[in-house]
Formats: sequence, structure tokens, C-alpha cells
Amino acid sequence: MSIQLDSRIPSGPLAQKWDRHRFEMKLVNPANKRKNTIIVVGSGLAGGAAAATMSELGYNVKCFCFQDSPRRAHSIAAQGGINAAKNYQNDGDSVYRLFYDTIKGGDFRSREANVYRLAELSVNIIDQCVAQGVPFAREYGGLLANRSFGGAQVSRTFYARGQTGQQLLLGAYQALERQIARGGVKMFPRTEMLDLVVIDGKARGIVTRNLVTGAVESHAGEAVVLATGGYGNVFYLSTNAQGSNATAIWRAYKRGAAFANPCFTQIHPTCIPVSGEYQSKLTLMSESLRNDGRVWVPKKAGDKRDPRQIPENERDYFLERKYPSFGNLAPRDIASRAAKEVCDEGRGVGETGLGVYLDFADAIKRLGRDAIKERYGNLFEMYERITNENPYEAPMRIYPAVHYTMGGLWVDYNLMSTIDGLHVTGEANFSDHGANRLGASALMQGLADGYFIIPNTIGDYLGSHKLQKVDASHDAFRSVENEVSERTKRFLSIRGTRTVASFHRELGKIMWDYCGMTRNEAGLKLALEKISALRTAFWHGLNVTGSDVELNQALEKAGRVADFLELGELMCIDALHRSESCGGHFREESQTADGEALRDDENFAYVAAWEFAGEGHSPTLNKEPLAFENVKLTQRSYE
Amino acid sequence: MNLTLHVWRQAGPELSGKMVVYKANDISPDMSFLEMLDVVNERLTDNGEVPIAFDHDCREGICGMCGLMINGVAHGPMNGTATCQLHMRSFKDGDTIYIEPWRARAFPVIKDLTVDRSALDRIIQAGGFISAPTGGAQDANAILVPKESVDNAMDAAACIGCGACVAACPNASASLFTAAKVSHLGLLPQGQPERYRRALAMVEQMDLEKFGSCTLHGECQEACPKEISIDTITRMNHDYIRARLIGTRP
Ligand SMILES: Cc1cc2nc3c(=O)[nH]c(=O)nc-3n(C[C@H](O)[C@H](O)[C@H](O)COP(=O)(O)OP(=O)(O)OC[C@H]3O[C@@H](n4cnc5c(N)ncnc54)[C@H](O)[C@@H]3O)c2cc1C
Ligand code: SF4
Ligand code: FES
Repeated sequence: MSIQLDSRIPSGPLAQKWDRHRFEMKLVNPANKRKNTIIVVGSGLAGGAAAATMSELGYNVKCFCFQDSPRRAHSIAAQGGINAAKNYQNDGDSVYRLFYDTIKGGDFRSREANVYRLAELSVNIIDQCVAQGVPFAREYGGLLANRSFGGAQVSRTFYARGQTGQQLLLGAYQALERQIARGGVKMFPRTEMLDLVVIDGKARGIVTRNLVTGAVESHAGEAVVLATGGYGNVFYLSTNAQGSNATAIWRAYKRGAAFANPCFTQIHPTCIPVSGEYQSKLTLMSESLRNDGRVWVPKKAGDKRDPRQIPENERDYFLERKYPSFGNLAPRDIASRAAKEVCDEGRGVGETGLGVYLDFADAIKRLGRDAIKERYGNLFEMYERITNENPYEAPMRIYPAVHYTMGGLWVDYNLMSTIDGLHVTGEANFSDHGANRLGASALMQGLADGYFIIPNTIGDYLGSHKLQKVDASHDAFRSVENEVSERTKRFLSIRGTRTVASFHRELGKIMWDYCGMTRNEAGLKLALEKISALRTAFWHGLNVTGSDVELNQALEKAGRVADFLELGELMCIDALHRSESCGGHFREESQTADGEALRDDENFAYVAAWEFAGEGHSPTLNKEPLAFENVKLTQRSYE
Repeated sequence: MNLTLHVWRQAGPELSGKMVVYKANDISPDMSFLEMLDVVNERLTDNGEVPIAFDHDCREGICGMCGLMINGVAHGPMNGTATCQLHMRSFKDGDTIYIEPWRARAFPVIKDLTVDRSALDRIIQAGGFISAPTGGAQDANAILVPKESVDNAMDAAACIGCGACVAACPNASASLFTAAKVSHLGLLPQGQPERYRRALAMVEQMDLEKFGSCTLHGECQEACPKEISIDTITRMNHDYIRARLIGTRP
């Protein structure tokens, strides 16, 4: 082990750690802030909020995104809501309960201190967003409304129709644009970070490619923040956007940042099922639908009747049956596996047999069609546009799909990676969700990181390190620029016979089959062989047309898929080494008598932080033991 | 299904472009419009040709990145639907489809079907925000907001910034986009202090960006994938005029 994993968790009682830490952190005086350039890669909730807030504090910020506008980061697509321990409903919620639900939901594979801080900050987020004009749903009396999400028995989710992510992101985006106008942030849209520059062990900048002109450029700064989102697209089909990628964090990994728990992937239970080979993405149907929709399949295998013709006593409401106290709101990992199980038994519905019903008939009877329309109208429309079926008349068909990656770059309590000065926020880090994320908690984490944590901890980093002056003329930038250009040219020079998409599709299938909802030793070993063969085929058989001095979307994709072909391997290595089951990581070899995930706390109560050991060498495993001082580790039960 | 596509190809911003004909055979009606273009692009690449560039990201109608003129209609034939949510079942076997980029002076073509919409960001920069620096907010329930106000604000806030309203407008005006933001923020109590300044600054920026002026044709509302109402423009005009009357400075 060569990396020192110091989580830097402040001492003292759980509830006082963050406050105490804030007091103990170094400050940067206002006049000096301006002299510090902070590079923020990503303009989603985690990046946009951070860039805006750090500019408000007086730092000189450069912010990057690959879309044409920062407003289009994939945070925009979040539908259901954001959690906060406001206890406005007086139903017994508290910071401690949100903390506990999140730790338990993550199957006891996250850090207590981080999760507690997240729960604490959740209340500030809602205040901040309302002040910015986020139009959260309200009751007739003018107070904020809440709904319930999976894995919780209280109602603490704030929402803006089915467009919560959009509204939160627009809040951050507007704050960001305000800072851009003021000159505190310089925005670089249609610009992709392709490598990290480390000088004397410290992250000092990035090398980017201008996606319109192809120009390779360097940007130097005093610190770098990666807020580049999740890597679910390694599976090809996922609920992520087409451009979502792992390149920024993968390049950082190869420069020395440890990658934590790469195999922890969330498969979301309620997505529209796959309909054909050509399919380019899967569409989520928000978890909020499970507030009113009931999940079922026919009791008999191979029952092909119209669902409306199947009488009540021949239906199996399997979530309500197996998890009576949480019912349809069982956590995602559990609900997904339950759906897979009934489909494996031949009871799946729809043409492919890979689907289960999500039925609103009872809710419509109880509340009326209008009430359902008010709650979920836009989701119902989206469903109908895609499937051509009307969910008010017949039940929706849904199936699990890759949705979120809990793994990511390892960070300490200050959100700093194992490379000094390189910070990582939002879905790109591994910090708060353990082995399974509860619904409505990613938006919360992105904004906690962006608005409230990183703007403080970055000051501590700058205040406690003497950094030599470095600008983009430094030799280190030249040499990374050359590497980046050469790599880009290499994609164009292979001139093989297969498109990037065909390789990506094949990788996705390997990952889904062997490193998806359930995993086993033989399958993972086979996957490792297949990925390695596919990678060789890629570097010999890739066909990218066009040039590197223009907008070339296939070339962009080639770089991303090349990185996925390496990351997929690391995910399988991690999944293979963790022979316990926990949360979304279900090893068939490790289950309870009734088929639930069986943890092995004695051997696996740690964060697996993988370290790059050079091309062609197996990565090195570093372990950060997880200490639980406040909660008792229990077998997770939602029965 | 088998289709004939006429697609605008333009290699770069300063170069001239033209319509090029492609056959798109064996297309499934369940494909989305962009998945159909993916298939065409895969085949072009296999033939050693350069694929058609078009913007897209979320493919679920929310990021606002996609946007094509399809048979002369922004986002194609289906109302309230962004290009990425349009499915091939909206077309018939044997159809000829014309595909072009957004056309507007303020949206220069970058390549093929891709345009530069950064002017919309600059309109937001001019005033499309509530100045609420991080940290100073009071409790979220301290100000009651009538459900009706918030519902109306949300209707306007649903804008995805795609620019279809501009492309559809005979004057290439960005009024619907701008009015949607003016209305979203102006309908909430938190947005009141900057209400008139905001309207003034955003409208002036819109003019600076070389968008045309609004003559209330209503084409924008028809094209808008989020069905933003043209009533927002009346509201914006009202706030703008009032700002001028009371001598607000941007
Ligand atoms: C369909 C969907 C629905 C969801 N619903 C919910 C929900 O209801 N509640 C909830 O809590 N969570 C939800 N989530 C999860 C949540 O939305 C995400 O985890 C979160 O928004 C991620 O935010 P982020 O800022 O980390 O990343 P993103 O928003 O993905 O932003 C990434 C940014 O990084 C940029 N970027 C990436 N790579 C590069 C590069 N190499 N160079 C330059 N820029 C780069 C991108 O341009 C973008 O600006 C949902 C997710 C999906 C996909
Ligand atoms: S108003 Fe409608 S058409 Fe115009 S940018 Fe917004 S969503 Fe697009
Ligand atoms: S691709 Fe995002 S709206 Fe169409």
C-alpha cells in the first residue's frame, strides 16, 4: 500500500464535528482569494453550485462543461425530489433520522461523519433554493409540500412537479450566470477535460479540448474540483445522458487519485423496459410513482392476458408481500432484485418478459384521475410518448436499469482526493451513499457539496499550503498536452471497421450480464477476459471518420469509450474482490436464507480504494476501515 | 419503414452548406427520431463518410440540447414534444423528411445541424436570476407563497432553453424564452425586488444579441416543447414598460 488514506474526520461528537471543523479550518483573507484560481470541471448541481459560491466568496473561478450551456448538465434530468430533514410534516423526522436512514440505506458502507454532515446541511439547501426562486410544490396554505421516497417512513422529499432536478439546476445555473456577468467565473462550454496536470504532487491544472475547434489547451490554477457526474454509461444503456462519462475521473485516477468502491452501482427499479437493439438510452420513471403505483406480476408464469383481465387473486403484489412495512417503497436495490427474481421465474410481462406492472388503477379509484394527473402528469405523458400506451388506462410496464454510481474517486472529509489540491464533488466522488443510495439524496449531496462544503474546505487547503506560482507555460502542461493530442490522433489513425457505438454496446452487455444486478465469481472472471479482448479489438478495429480540428462527436465518444473499457475492468476487479453482498452489490454466493444481501462486516467493513499501478499492472487495493460509533450494524430489513 | 432524408450538411461555421439526400431503410417505428439518425450515422461511418453532427444529451426532453427543424417545423410534428422524444411512429413508410438546423441570425451554425445558442445564456446573465448569495437565506417556510403563484411560476420555469421559439418565429425573436424567465421569477415574492430591473436588462440584452422583435405571431407557443404560454410575453412587456416608466436602470 503506497497511498495514505487519511479520512481527516474531525474529532468530537458526531453532531458537532462539522461546526467544530468549520471553526478550525484556515481562512483565506478576502484580498488573497482573488489571487487564487479554482478550476471547476462540471456545471451540474455539484459543479455549478460550487463555482457560483466560490466566485461569491471572491475566488477567481474557471468552470467547464461539455454541453453548449452549463444549464444542460445531467442534474437537469432528476425528476422526483430532494430530501431535507425539515420535519415540516411533524411526522417524527430529524437530522438524526435522515442520517440513520441514509447510513442504513447504504447498507453500512459509508462514513458516519460525512453522512451526518449531509443530513445537517439538507435544511440549509432548501432555504437557499427557495431564496433563489426554485418553485417547490406548495400546499394551498402557501407552505412547502412533501412526498415520500423509498427507504423512509417519513415524508421529507421536496419537489417541483416531476422536474426537481431541472429547477434546482436552474437555480444554481442562474447564480452561476450572475457570477459570469460579474466576471468572477469564466465559463468554458463545449470544452472537455481530457487530463489532469500534477506538479510536485499537487493538482495544478487541466488540459482540455475545445469541442468546436479541436484546440488542445491548458488551464492552470491553485486547486481543481471535479464535479463531472456519474459513470453509469459504462453499461451503455442507462438513465444517464448520452454524454455522461468517466473521462475526467478516470484520467485523474491514472494520475494518482484512488478510485473507491467502483463496483457500487445503483440499478433503479422503475424504468421503461428496453424495446430494441437500436435503443440509445433508458428512461427513468420517477420513484415518486411508487407513492401511488402498485407493483405486480401475474401469479402464473407465462400468463399473457391483458393485465386488466387478470383478477385480483391471480396477481402477485410482490413488494407488498415481501416487505409489508415498506411495501412499494422498498429501497431501490431491493425492489430491483425482486423484479428480476419474478422475471427469472418466467412471470415477467410485456413482449420480452423483462418487465413488471406499475399499476395506478387503485390510486385513480381512490383519489380520482385529476389528482393523479396533478402529481404525475408529465411522467405519464413521457411514458405515453415513448411507449404509445396510456398509463391512465392500463398499468405501466417497468424494469430495472442502471441509474447511479455510488463509487467514485476517494475523498476525505474535506472532499479532497488522494492527490493534494484535487477535490471531487457530487456523483463523481464516493462519499455519502455507501453501497446503495436512497432516492432524493443525490441532489441533496450535490448541493451540500457545492454550496456549503467545498467553498469552505477549499479555503482550508489554500490557507494551509504554500503553493508555488505556476502558470500554463510550465513544462508539465506541454507534456500533458502532447499526450492528449497523440491519443486523439491515435483514434483517427486506427481506421478499422467498427464504430465506437458498436464497441460501447458490446461492453455494456458484458457489464450488464456479469457485473449488473447480481454477480458471481465465475461470471466476473469471464467478464474480465471478455473486456480485455474487447479492448484489444477496440484499439485495432475502431473506425472514426472526420478530423480532430472540428466538431467531431464520434471522436469525443471514442475517448470516453476507451476510458470505459478500462473502468469496466476495474469495476469487475472490485466486484470480484468483495465477496460479500451489500446494497446494490449482490454476490450470489453471499445471501440470507430468504435471498437478501448478506454482508460480511468482519471482512468487508471498509472502503476499497484502488490505486493505479501502471499500464499492464493490476491495481493496488488500499482499505479505509469504516468505524461505526453511533449506529449499530444490523442486517438491513424492510419487512 | 423506409425513408428518404434531406439533411443540411455544412462542414463549418464559415463554410456554405447544402441539403444532401440519404436513404434511411429498415427503420423501426419504435425508434426515437435521434435513434433513427444514430442508425444513419452508423451506416455513414461504415461507408467511410463523416456522420451528421447534431446536438443532444439527455434524450428525455429536459436538457434542451436537441433541436431540429423537421419538415420546416421546430421539433417536428408532435405538439409539446422535443426532438429527442419524437418517435418514428409519427411518420409513414416511404416519407420524405427534411432536416435542418435552427435558423436565426443570433444562432450561427457550427456544423451541420448544430448551432451556437450562447446568446440565450447571455440573456440570463443580464438579469435572469434572483440575487441570493449562498448562506444568507431565511427558513424556507418563512414566506408563504400561494399555491397558484407557485404553479404559474412553475409553468414558466419549465422552459428548457432549446431555442425552438426563436427558430419558429418569423422574426427570430427570443421573446418567449426571455418572457418565461421574467415570469417565473416575477411571479414569486422572492423575485419582486429585482422584478423591473430584470425585465429591462433581459429585454435590452435580447436586442443586443440581434434577436428580432416580437409581433405576437404565436408561432413560438406552437413550437415550444414545454407549451410555455404566450401570455408570459404580455407579462414581460408589462414589466418592461413599467420599468421604463419608473426610470429603472439595468
Ligand atoms: C434520470 C435521472 C433522475 C434522477 N432523479 C433524482 C432525484 O429525483 N433525486 C435525486 O436526489 N437524485 C436523482 N438523480 C441523481 C442525480 O440527478 C445525480 O446524481 C446528480 O444530479 C449528479 O450531479 P453532478 O453535479 O454530480 O453531475 P452532473 O449533473 O451529471 O454534471 C456533470 C457535469 O460535468 C461535466 N463534465 C463531465 N465530464 C466532463 C469532462 N470530461 N470535461 C468537462 N466537463 C465534463 C458535464 O458537462 C456536466 O456539466 C437522478 C439521475 C438521473 C439520471
Ligand atoms: S420557451 Fe419553449 S421553445 Fe423557447 S426555449 Fe423555452 S422551452 Fe424552448
Ligand atoms: S436531448 Fe435533452 S431535450 Fe432532447
